[in-house]
Amino acid sequence: MLSTSTLLKRCAMAAIVVASTAFAAGGDASGPAPAFTLTTLAGQPSGLSAYKGQVVMVNFWATWCGPCQQEMPLLDQMYKKYKPAGFTLIGVNVDKEAPAVKELLTRKPVSFPVLLDPANQVSKAYHVDEMPSSVIIDRKGQIRYIHRGYKPGDENDYQDRIRQLIRE
Amino acid sequence: MTQRHIFARAAVIAALLLVRSTSADVLPDDRADVFYSKYSGGGMDITGYSATARAKITENFAVEANYFIDKVSGASIDVLSQASVIKDERRQKSGTIEYLRDKTTYTASYTSSVERDYISDTASFGLSQDMFGDLTTVTLGFSESHNTVGENNGTANDPNVAWIGHAISRAYSGGVSQILTKNFIAGVNLQVITDAGYLANPYRSIRYLDPSNPKGYSLGDQVYPDTHTSTAVQVQGKYYLPYRAAVTALYRYYNDTWGMVGNTYELDYTHPIRNRWIFEGRVRYYKQNAASFYSDLFPYADSQNFVARDQNLAAQDNTTVGGKVTYAFLPDGWKIFKRGTVTFDVSRIRFNYLDFRNIKYYGVPQYTPGTEPLYNFNANVFQVFLSVYF
Amino acid sequence: MRCRQMLLSGTVLGALVLSSGCSIQPWVKPYERDRLADPIMAWDRDAISSAYLDHIRESREGSRGATGGAGGGCGCN
Repeated sequence: MLSTSTLLKRCAMAAIVVASTAFAAGGDASGPAPAFTLTTLAGQPSGLSAYKGQVVMVNFWATWCGPCQQEMPLLDQMYKKYKPAGFTLIGVNVDKEAPAVKELLTRKPVSFPVLLDPANQVSKAYHVDEMPSSVIIDRKGQIRYIHRGYKPGDENDYQDRIRQLIRE
Repeated sequence: MTQRHIFARAAVIAALLLVRSTSADVLPDDRADVFYSKYSGGGMDITGYSATARAKITENFAVEANYFIDKVSGASIDVLSQASVIKDERRQKSGTIEYLRDKTTYTASYTSSVERDYISDTASFGLSQDMFGDLTTVTLGFSESHNTVGENNGTANDPNVAWIGHAISRAYSGGVSQILTKNFIAGVNLQVITDAGYLANPYRSIRYLDPSNPKGYSLGDQVYPDTHTSTAVQVQGKYYLPYRAAVTALYRYYNDTWGMVGNTYELDYTHPIRNRWIFEGRVRYYKQNAASFYSDLFPYADSQNFVARDQNLAAQDNTTVGGKVTYAFLPDGWKIFKRGTVTFDVSRIRFNYLDFRNIKYYGVPQYTPGTEPLYNFNANVFQVFLSVYF
Repeated sequence: MRCRQMLLSGTVLGALVLSSGCSIQPWVKPYERDRLADPIMAWDRDAISSAYLDHIRESREGSRGATGGAGGGCGCN
């Protein structure tokens, strides 16, 4: 049996290794973006296929998520700025009930399309593991970048990535 | 004066407690509260006023400050030598800083409590770590309190305080909270507190049978051990009911080196109405046995090494029934305010002592010492506070 | 001595498994936290009020400690 101090040293080293691979806010990702069809608040069907050929950012958000509310106005500004260059932002809302979403968007409207995912099918397909999550997809329909969470200043990161993909 | 000490010491303990309600994903919203409270029971009236404010300096760094004043008035039920009218004031200030980094929140705080015959300073440190997909939160805390105990040998209006002792208290805490389902969160807390030094209340005395005294008993000084270690474990769960309400249940087990064992049971129900109202009801039952060196009436002087007659160490139980109503007068915000609420909270507590007798009956001819009726009383606690969120 | 070592390595191993999440995946997804994020599911909505009630209880009861709660909420960021 190892001495207690050796055991502790080895466990501490292992813990440091595990801790250092902890959570990065954003990472390059790859693979085709799963197609989806959801409905808008007005009840119209829409999906990823409607924006073929454009750079798309899919932002997963909820009315009960504070950081999601914080980034919405900035996402709106970004959408308006880059839309003419062939960029679209789709807000996929994960609330279980539509009324709260309607109420929030009436008070704080956004110009980008908002689709409802109450059954969480799309969230599952995109392996959403943090709220909010933003998935950036290139013109060819490949996922290029996933940003998890939101802290003020992250919008600069989004813009860098979008500009890069628009130029491709 | 007697009750004051206990209140002051309780405030110190409250400052030592586990960091309340933390969630290490984002720092809580900025908030300011003004608070008023009134406790009346057992012949005492205690009014409290408080103001608290917290603000984020950056997304990861927040500060909080609190100022609290307690004013006591009333007749002290358990000072036998003179039924003195108490008037006293306690002032408490505290400051806290919080730092969030990834999934960890670090907290440090300092509290200072001052009144005429009791001074206490407490420093606390805490850590809260979210892990396992934010389903598990682990907390650790350490707190140390330095207290100076005095005795007022004068009167309320003409005090003469002698400083008679010091005590140091250290609290070590740990907790784990686990999300079990979409509707259910549970947690367990453990806290070990050790005190050393002057641990008694100087205003209380023991009594012992004394045939040479016409009353049948005489008073004497309490003698307390100079150390005390306690362990408390609390398990709790909170469940979301499908029609939008929450029910909470908790159980706490306590024991210590003075031979006391205490059990606490509490049930809470929270019922909101849309975005405007939150109603809450609570029921709590507490029971403890007496400390090993406690007695309401010792057989003779110097019968034991340690002797106490402080009601807090007596076998007792209490039942609380309470309710709380929160009304959001600003449910969706206005200008810089995100939300504004006003809350009323009332509790009624029935205290029953199982081996502490009612001083009102001491010397009443039909009751020989040790046969006086047991003490019990009702207390009403009222709180009202205004909260604004930024 | 052996018992203590085993307890220690067991605890550390358990913590490592939890922190690396290697064998068990979190079973409540971040987009399923709507109920837990509801303010009524906070352990303590008003710390100043709960601290005051604790203060009253400790001024009468012999017990102290282990109150409060942590965790839950939206789990965002």
